[in-house]
Amino acid sequence: MVAIVKNGVSWVGASVLEVTPAIGRLVLYIFSTFFWFLKPPFRRTLFFEQMVFMGNKSLFIVLLTSSFSGMVFAYQIYLGFTAFSVDSFVGPIVAIAVCKELAPVFTGLVVAGRCGAAMAAQIGTMKVTEQVDALECMGVNSVQYLAVPRVFATVITMPMLCMIFMLIANLGSWVIGVKVLGIDPVMYFSKLSDFMNLPMIIEGLIKASFFGFLISIIGTYQGFAVKGGAEGVGRGTNMAVVWGMIMVLISDFFLTAILAKIL
Amino acid sequence: MSDAIEFNHLTKTFGDHTVLNALDFKIHEGKITTILGFSGAGKSTLLKHILGIHHPTSGQVKVLGQDLKNLDEGQMREFRTNFGMVFQYSALFDSMTNFDNVAFPMREFTKKSKSQIKEDVLSLMEQVGLDEHAWYKLPSEISGGMRKRVGLARGLALQPKVMLYDEPTTGLDPITTHMVDDLIRRTHAAGASLPMTSVIISHDIAATLRISDYIAFLELGQVVEHSSVEDFKKSTNPTIRKFLELST
Repeated sequence: MVAIVKNGVSWVGASVLEVTPAIGRLVLYIFSTFFWFLKPPFRRTLFFEQMVFMGNKSLFIVLLTSSFSGMVFAYQIYLGFTAFSVDSFVGPIVAIAVCKELAPVFTGLVVAGRCGAAMAAQIGTMKVTEQVDALECMGVNSVQYLAVPRVFATVITMPMLCMIFMLIANLGSWVIGVKVLGIDPVMYFSKLSDFMNLPMIIEGLIKASFFGFLISIIGTYQGFAVKGGAEGVGRGTNMAVVWGMIMVLISDFFLTAILAKIL
Repeated sequence: MSDAIEFNHLTKTFGDHTVLNALDFKIHEGKITTILGFSGAGKSTLLKHILGIHHPTSGQVKVLGQDLKNLDEGQMREFRTNFGMVFQYSALFDSMTNFDNVAFPMREFTKKSKSQIKEDVLSLMEQVGLDEHAWYKLPSEISGGMRKRVGLARGLALQPKVMLYDEPTTGLDPITTHMVDDLIRRTHAAGASLPMTSVIISHDIAATLRISDYIAFLELGQVVEHSSVEDFKKSTNPTIRKFLELST
């Protein structure tokens, strides 16, 4: 019994000792990113290149995910609501769920999988092939050159992708609800305008932006933390995706609680 | 003869491990100095001290008369424009063409016009003998020897006062090794009017004897021999004798 307790305590202690410096390094990295964001030169070209890269990487999957999730959600809601003759509520229910939760979370998961992984892989490969060292030797700060454009391009692009998700998911819902299942279009839009409001959309966009920040910070951090060769890059990429997705889901809860009080 | 780089009682420890141990050593200005030593002798650590990437645990590093510990982060970055660096595996930016790789330092640190940059980059690529068909290719599309040439051209882009080479011939075939050696010599001679100091980190004793003016041998964190090539060949240090015998 004593041995079990002893092992348990030492496991907890070892975990704390391992996790605490890692959190410290991540916090310092976040501060460093902000610091270099504020210092010239401002690399507009790199920033726009990253926005285009993110759009290219994610847009198709966002379109695919949004259209089908909007349609299937509308269909499921219809099946439940039609028994109580309240099928006209399909529009607002889908719209509220999409704008407040589904759009930012799904977009976050897609971007974590596509762009978070790509960021870790790109920077990680540069690290193991000494390209990051080459930047530093030339006097170029690698965080400013590699991380800052990626982080702030993600913060700006995520709400754009989220907005597209909202539009397409609601379009899918309308197609299924009105055109396929025969909900009265006037009732559909009437209920939609009764229940939907601007703060709901803003809530989704703020969440998307915050998720973008988390995903890109984790992706670039994992890239810089890569050690070893190809195996290290693979591990870093995997960590970027896993932690990116986990952080989106965890932070969504807390963000919802905070934004519910503010908006 | 004045000194471009001075290490005064330089000690560097990582945890309990002492890599450089109260090292005293001066690199002469305008000359090619090669730092030789076994793997793990601290050669790369020494190079990183010159670049200000590592900071001494104790002691002093002076480069071009400047004590590096007096420079803050921003000043150090600016100071690094005095260096050109050629990496072991070239470390070219793989998302850029060879032209853009060479142009990169000019775009970052000079106010030259696009046409001036183009003219300078093409001139540098010609200087290092880079084939014209390789100019606008990606680094992954050219051979290792060609990549070395691009790396050298990039290192020369800001007309550095100090050129640093980190094992420039590792992994290359003998013919390409000779080509790189000649290139280092020619580059150094071309920069003689500046004057340029070249520091090479190497394991390759044959290449070292061919291209160096001075050789420093690093062992157990200290420079145990620092002399001209001719004197180095006559060294009585048993480790150097063994190194010379095994390498030839």
